[in-house]
Amino acid sequence: MSKTVAQTRALVEKSLRRRRLAELRFQAYGIAAVSIGVLFVILLFGSIIAKGAPAFRQAYVTLDVFIDPEVLYPDGTVDTELLATADYVALVRGSLKQRFMDVEGRAATRQLVELVSGSAVQDLQALVQADPKRVGTHQMLTFLADDKVDQYLKGNITRSTPEVDRSLSDQQLDWVDALKASKALELRFNKVFFTHGDSREPEQAGVWGAVVGSLYTLGVTLLLSFPVAVATAIYLEEFARRNRWTDLIEVNINNLAAVPSIVYGLLGLAMFLNFFGMPRSAPLVGGLVLALLTLPTIIIASRAALKGVPPSIREAAIGMGASPIQTVLHHVLPLAMPGMLTGTIIGMARALGETAPLLMIGMVAFIVDVPGSLSSPATVLPVQVFLWADSPERAFVERTSGAILVLLAFLVLMNATAVILRNRFERRW
Amino acid sequence: MTHSVLLVALAVLVVIAFWVGKSRALSLAGGSSRNLHSLPGYYGLLTALWCAIPALIVMSVWSLGQDAILTHLVTTSMPTTLQLAQGSSHDLLLNEIRNVVAGNVPAELARPEVVTAAREYSRLRGIADLSLAALVLVVALFGLFVVRARLAPTLRARNAVERIVELLLLACSTIAVFVTLGIVLSVVYESLRFFHAVPVHEFLFGLDWSPQTAIRADQVGSSGAFGAVPLFLGTLMISGIAMLVAVPVGLFSAIYLAEYADRRLRSVIKPVLEVLAGIPTVVYGFFAALTVGPLLRGIGESVGLDVSSESALSAGLVMGIMIIPFISSLADDMISAVPQSLRDGAYALGATRSETIRQVVLLAALPGIVGGVLLAISRAIGETMIVVMAAGLSAKMTANPLEAVTTVTVQIVTLLTGDQEFDSPKTLAAFALGLVLFVVTLVLNVIALKVVRKYREQYE
Repeated sequence: MSKTVAQTRALVEKSLRRRRLAELRFQAYGIAAVSIGVLFVILLFGSIIAKGAPAFRQAYVTLDVFIDPEVLYPDGTVDTELLATADYVALVRGSLKQRFMDVEGRAATRQLVELVSGSAVQDLQALVQADPKRVGTHQMLTFLADDKVDQYLKGNITRSTPEVDRSLSDQQLDWVDALKASKALELRFNKVFFTHGDSREPEQAGVWGAVVGSLYTLGVTLLLSFPVAVATAIYLEEFARRNRWTDLIEVNINNLAAVPSIVYGLLGLAMFLNFFGMPRSAPLVGGLVLALLTLPTIIIASRAALKGVPPSIREAAIGMGASPIQTVLHHVLPLAMPGMLTGTIIGMARALGETAPLLMIGMVAFIVDVPGSLSSPATVLPVQVFLWADSPERAFVERTSGAILVLLAFLVLMNATAVILRNRFERRW
Repeated sequence: MTHSVLLVALAVLVVIAFWVGKSRALSLAGGSSRNLHSLPGYYGLLTALWCAIPALIVMSVWSLGQDAILTHLVTTSMPTTLQLAQGSSHDLLLNEIRNVVAGNVPAELARPEVVTAAREYSRLRGIADLSLAALVLVVALFGLFVVRARLAPTLRARNAVERIVELLLLACSTIAVFVTLGIVLSVVYESLRFFHAVPVHEFLFGLDWSPQTAIRADQVGSSGAFGAVPLFLGTLMISGIAMLVAVPVGLFSAIYLAEYADRRLRSVIKPVLEVLAGIPTVVYGFFAALTVGPLLRGIGESVGLDVSSESALSAGLVMGIMIIPFISSLADDMISAVPQSLRDGAYALGATRSETIRQVVLLAALPGIVGGVLLAISRAIGETMIVVMAAGLSAKMTANPLEAVTTVTVQIVTLLTGDQEFDSPKTLAAFALGLVLFVVTLVLNVIALKVVRKYREQYE
């Protein structure tokens, strides 16, 4: 029993409609997936930039400070030794009370002084000690404002929240508004953020210590991993005969590339710290661990670069009487170098963002000082992000995002260099 | 500090060696390099290498052993009352001595025995540093003069130098093997010590995880429980959620980009997605903890669900985002590797594009894609920062993704950060967890690489 032509056609047309719909649906899934991916990128960057951009501005308060000799030299004898231990808080307090004459009582005065960061006292001391002739003069000085004042100016603390729920009282907000109205209090470029180390006080905390720590650590990583990786790649690609030993090395490299980074941290802890007794929290050990971590990445990239050099180059060199080593060092290596450098920069970028293994070797300590040597305690940018992300103060949220932006800026810079290197110098044969 | 001075001195010596070797060879050849077997520079290099390498080997071996030997000497010279201190209190004592030596603790504040020991330590270290410097320089000079004495116009200096270079290359390539060996040894050794205290089966199959060992033996929960099953379940749940996000999104975007999108769109979208792969994981962790977590909590509240602010869902979701580019680029490679002839055959039979993709291309690329997903799973299992910042610490056995769970990597980090003695089961447990992590990811990787490689061979 066969169907008529018309029946078959109707069947086919019905199925065609279904199949076209299926086609459209399938495409829609694809578009949806791509859009979700792009949406995530936008959401991620949007939220971090929105949170982090305010961190680059900070509230500064400018005060007319009378450097009162009666406070600095209480017994009337002029002795510069006394300047080291003098009561500089009293100077700041006096200046603020000068500004707000009507403030009475200890509690109110304390609230008033709270508006200025604790670093004002140190700044003032440094200023006076640098030039004791300033005693007895009036100075217009600019200090960091407290982080709460900073947050109020940025709109993160508002008057509409009930007084008990916010960290600034109504009275303090009035003072802040008065200072702001007279232009004594304003948001400026946040220099402290780029020049200081970590601090418990958000307004005094900066990323410079972490940046220097990262530079030291990456320096060690680069010095160790680049030569070793290039040498390994050259050996495996140009000299090694295929045997069990080279197979073992290759399998090892491929597997090391996929070992979770935290396991390298365990290695660092057990080997470098406990067995060899190296210092905790030091960029030296951090760099060592990261060097091991990036080694496989750079080796794989370098081998690909060496593979990309055509055999004719080697044959020509050998034909001119060059030894195998001369062939490689004088002819193959220079041609493969751009590819190797690209791979190295990408490996370094990965090392720069790596956090987990550094937690294991103690680079999570709270460190105020900017590290001065390879073995002094240090932290690195991503660990600084991790540490600040744990801090409860509102002002640290924006600083965390700010530190992330600094980190991302470094990464963009490195990746852009890699791309430029690749486009500029890589030859196609 | 002394080490860097020594290194500079050695570097100067090496430069001198190069110059000595080169000029000596030239003068032996009567001033004309034509009488030499190799270029004069090679004679210089040979001298310099023999000057540098033995000295550097001596220096590194010495530096590695120095601290242990000094500590031992100081310990034996201490009064017996102090020597009796064993185990952790011994370590504490050594730390105290080191602090005095480094000047972190002023000598007036420390105990007199410690100060004596610290003085002894400083004295010994001074002697050790001096003798190291002397030894290194002697070895370097010895190398220099031996080679210099053996220089002759007929010496095949280039061949000798090239042999050394080749040996150095070989030595560098073995480092990868030593790294693996180092990982295995350190993790296995500490794990074995852990398994002395806690039986293996209790660790692998125990259902209760509370590693807080008490300080006094009579406290409640003094023993600590080391059953890792809750951690394994937590890890699986978070990785599972991540895969539920990453596999469909990654796979479909790869299909769309490889099969549908035109070149222009592709060249824009692909790098944008790959940006996700370059972002440090700590940034994802921050995003999960401060943006996604509260967001999910808010959504949960509005529909009447109780979402904890550190939930498996937010950690898994963000981890999924992190893995999207990984899956999409691997799948893209696999799909592009399917020969065009297969597609053409399907089109010739009247299949639509989506039918071709579903029934021919994906089927052909399936082994590669499975391999890629396995690699992605091993990535997710080993991922640390996102879960540390967003998943929480409570080792609960729960199937509810809205609650906080903990993972293997989170526990490793919490057990090992902060100051605690190194020998307690608590810190050793971290190494046992690390061993499990290492073995699982290794197995996943080996399988995945095998699958991917087999598939590649099929079409090449």
